[in-house]
Amino acid sequence: MSARTPACTRTPIIVGEDIEVRYHKRSVLTVERFELCNGETHAILGPSGSGKSTLLRILGLLEKPTRGHVALDGRSVEPGDKSARMMMAAVFQNPYLFKGTVGENVAYGLALRKIPKRERADRVAAALERVGLGGTQKSSALRLSGGEAQRVALARALVLEPRILLLDEPLSYLDPLIKRRLVTDFSEILSAEGVTALYVTHDQDEAMVVADRVSIINEGHVIRSGDVDEVMTLPTTPWVADFIGMDAALHGTIVGAEEGIADITVESEYIHARTDLPVGTHVLIGIRPEDVMLFAADAELPLSSARNRLRMQVASIERMGSTDRVSLSSNGMRVAASVSRAAARELDLRPGSEVMALFKATSVRVQSAVGVPAGV
Amino acid sequence: METLWQSVVEAGRMLVSGDLSLYGIIGLSLRVSGISIAIAMAIGVPLGYLMGSRRFVGRRLVQVLVNTGMGLPPVVAGLTVYILLSRTGPVSELWASLSGSIPPRMLFTLPAMIFAQVVISTPLVTGVTAAAIGSVPVELRLQARSLGASSWQEATLVIKEARRGVMAAVVAGFGGIISEVGAVMMVGGNIEGQTRVMTTAIVLESRKGNFGIALALGFILIGIAFVINNGLTALQYSGGRYER
Repeated sequence: MSARTPACTRTPIIVGEDIEVRYHKRSVLTVERFELCNGETHAILGPSGSGKSTLLRILGLLEKPTRGHVALDGRSVEPGDKSARMMMAAVFQNPYLFKGTVGENVAYGLALRKIPKRERADRVAAALERVGLGGTQKSSALRLSGGEAQRVALARALVLEPRILLLDEPLSYLDPLIKRRLVTDFSEILSAEGVTALYVTHDQDEAMVVADRVSIINEGHVIRSGDVDEVMTLPTTPWVADFIGMDAALHGTIVGAEEGIADITVESEYIHARTDLPVGTHVLIGIRPEDVMLFAADAELPLSSARNRLRMQVASIERMGSTDRVSLSSNGMRVAASVSRAAARELDLRPGSEVMALFKATSVRVQSAVGVPAGV
Repeated sequence: METLWQSVVEAGRMLVSGDLSLYGIIGLSLRVSGISIAIAMAIGVPLGYLMGSRRFVGRRLVQVLVNTGMGLPPVVAGLTVYILLSRTGPVSELWASLSGSIPPRMLFTLPAMIFAQVVISTPLVTGVTAAAIGSVPVELRLQARSLGASSWQEATLVIKEARRGVMAAVVAGFGGIISEVGAVMMVGGNIEGQTRVMTTAIVLESRKGNFGIALALGFILIGIAFVINNGLTALQYSGGRYER
């Protein structure tokens, strides 16, 4: 269990240390150390009730932990610290707009900060423009659609030009269409603003779009933390693998290397992956199911740059929304593939049938296994 | 039947003619209940806010007191105030032992009537306000705090969000005391020109058989209740398009 986030390469802006939160004598959150780095969007990903929102409230100075402390720019801070709180702004799952107009809502924080009226109006107009709701100042805040309301909530936070933006499941109430559009918008706005953001979500796709780094949390513990593509392709524990819909990372050994492409043995299978790690290294390997293409066992394979071509056996098929997730194995190595329902039907996939699995050497995520405890 | 009709005519005549004693009574009623409701709001709105939004030591006790107070019959409130303020009561005794002088008369004065009406209306204002505040989602308060609101600013926002309910609290409180007769009768004594208010005047005039005056006062009481309730309701629903 990592229990702590990897240290920031840049200066951390918020550090939570030895945090513990107890409700009714029951521990709901234990975090040894959490670093939010300057300028990053850090997703806290976990299932419902995992303690992710609690962590956001602690780090965002909205709640006092039972034990432990939070530092902002190296200075110990508490929820009562007004100047520290003024550097942050939050958007929650439900937008909770206040009674009044859209303009009044967006101006709320500015009024608290005693910003002069004229400047307020300019900043409100600019913030609404940024979230795609320019000119709606006079509309009633309580007559908006869910998506519009959440945009107003974002504008209400962005207008304060916070150093840290706290986003607690900001999109989970919205229907899929609006959500898809807003995920992209949010992610663009966040990177354009250069703001540091803490983004709580239970949706891994959302996390992958918006975040630079991600911490996966379960039952009050941070169980995996790091760069988003590393965490999302190399699940080090069965639970994480299951949560993000992959098989657990494979263990392998680099037995040969040529021009940045390594030959790796996994069980008694043999694959190619792009890595600069030296021969002899014990490694963890992850392959996203979307990166694995399936073909009929006897089909003529297309010309492709995919270096890995394995004849594999279907172990099981699981229905996942619009796609099927196919678990495959070959010589003890297990890989999952994500295929469209139509393709699954065409290939006549069923447990026990044989298929060809293709994936590129660059699709294989490799990390040294040193320092990663096995089987946690 | 004829008496009743005559009374209605008499009531109309009195209202139109601007009978000074009649208007004196109305003015006194409004003054006593107006001051009382102002005091009740000053106590009840903050207390209701605390009860509706915070957990604190003794909250349960306050809750019990408020609930009891909301159901307290005015005449019992009057009796309690009467005993407290009477010449042999605890307030007089305390006064005497502290200052060594004879305490002034406290019963049958305006302050005594106001005191009784505050006792009646404060629990109403507190209880209804607490319910209104309690219905504002906790997350809205968290949202306000997360945008930089202090506890004071948070309270202002929450009360604004719950303003319909808070106004309902004021209407309930005012309606309770302007129409109440038991307590003002007991501690006010219905002294003409001094402590006679509309309700006590109605009781007295009906007993004397002067149904004209009684009815005139009754109409006015209904009229005042109508104007105030409608005015407050209109205020409650103004800006309706900004409401949930």
